Amino acid sequence: MRIFDPHIHMTSRTTDDYVRMHAAGVRAVVEPSFWLGQPRTSVGSFTDYFDSILGWEPFRASQYGIAHFATIGLNPKEANDARCREVLDVLPRYLVKDRVVAVGELGYDSMTPEEDDVFAAQLALAAEHELPALVHTPHRDKLTGTRRTLDVVRESAVAPGAIIVDHLNEMTVGVVAESGCWMGFSVYPDTKMDEHRMVEILRRYGLDRMIVNSAADWGNSDPLKTVRVAEAMLAAGYTDDDVDRVLWRNPVEFYSQSGRLELPDTLADGAQPRDEELVGAGATFEGNSVLRGARD
Amino acid sequence: MSPSTTPATNPMTTRDAIAQVASDPATIERHFPAAARIATREGRDGDAARRELLLAIPGPAAYVVDLVRRVYEHGDPAERRAVLLALPALDAPERSNAVGDAALPIVRDALRTNDTRLVAAALGPYAATYLDDDAWRQALLKVIFMGIPVEQVAGLAERSDAELARMVRDFAAEREAAGRIVPPDALTVLALVDTPDPSPSRAD
Repeated sequence: MRIFDPHIHMTSRTTDDYVRMHAAGVRAVVEPSFWLGQPRTSVGSFTDYFDSILGWEPFRASQYGIAHFATIGLNPKEANDARCREVLDVLPRYLVKDRVVAVGELGYDSMTPEEDDVFAAQLALAAEHELPALVHTPHRDKLTGTRRTLDVVRESAVAPGAIIVDHLNEMTVGVVAESGCWMGFSVYPDTKMDEHRMVEILRRYGLDRMIVNSAADWGNSDPLKTVRVAEAMLAAGYTDDDVDRVLWRNPVEFYSQSGRLELPDTLADGAQPRDEELVGAGATFEGNSVLRGARD
Repeated sequence: MSPSTTPATNPMTTRDAIAQVASDPATIERHFPAAARIATREGRDGDAARRELLLAIPGPAAYVVDLVRRVYEHGDPAERRAVLLALPALDAPERSNAVGDAALPIVRDALRTNDTRLVAAALGPYAATYLDDDAWRQALLKVIFMGIPVEQVAGLAERSDAELARMVRDFAAEREAAGRIVPPDALTVLALVDTPDPSPSRAD
């Protein structure tokens, strides 16, 4: 089984998680830029963070046999702080980077006028850079927020097929299914979505444009929830190919719209991951273990 | 928006980008990040394309160094590595604006990282020529520590000295005391310095 986690904040996770993820079949991840828990107050904090998820984090992931890509954007929480608005000015130089496969994560937090402006401005940047966009739905007032999100998307120059609307649930999936956008589900231990409800949603809405992620971060979350969904799908009678479609081919198709999703040949369709390609001692610097030094 | 908002799928060819940098050098900031994927599509080498962009920057050495540093500082690891690999070419003696030792801050920055690709790329012929002894020895010890093959370090035989040998011997002793493996590359370096040859401390 090969798993692509299309939304996970690895910066907040330990190397133990990378080991467990790889052992469970996770071979590629996308790390959306987001809030860090502690609000930032200057552009410099953002650029160091963007540099980290385009620099150190992909290097760390590679040591554990996992390909790492990022989405870059100004999140709605911090968009409300005037000190962070200048982040919009530095985004263009990040949106041309090789490992940036979308703009995001964007969307609403409290649905303020500032959030409206920043959301629309970043969708315009996505169109200009020919990148897809990852848009989350708010934690509070979710259905209204989802509808408003879809209105903003419709008014933008980005095609619905280049948008994931994420963190969906039973109440919000319907309107997104009708919109033509991709449907994202964040499977959590006790909020947002769980693996069994996820299978019911797949039954009802089909496998087209379906995206499943762990959205694991610094909160109560689990980087193996993608794998749990795969297992629940198989238990419910879905085939291995169905699982591969939802947990690999769908996110690959979505992010390939960037033209920058370069996956290792060992992960090509038909090439099943092998244990020998593993990590740890297998991650080499032209023959020498990188991990040997990194762990010292 | 700033003028650097050129679309990611810039239709420009590598050749056009190089020509544009030669006439309007500041445009390198928007050409450099996309240069490798454009070059790859053209069947060219990404690092070589990035090197050509840097070499196309006109003007006096101080101006070239400023722009090269900005490209490095704004670069992702692949871009930074390409800058490091281009330093010897930017310092080629036949260039009237050869950068000399002014690009050393870039090398020092890369040596502070924990990214094996950057540390290895930093220790090319440019560092062999300009890096001071203390920094070079520390870098070499870090190379052994990180598991980067020492044979990739430029000027290894020429710059290895008795003080480096002492540092490597101490490192090996620490590993042995802990019951851990001494990396074979530590012995490679010691062999370069500690030779039975009666001539003092230098192997060659």
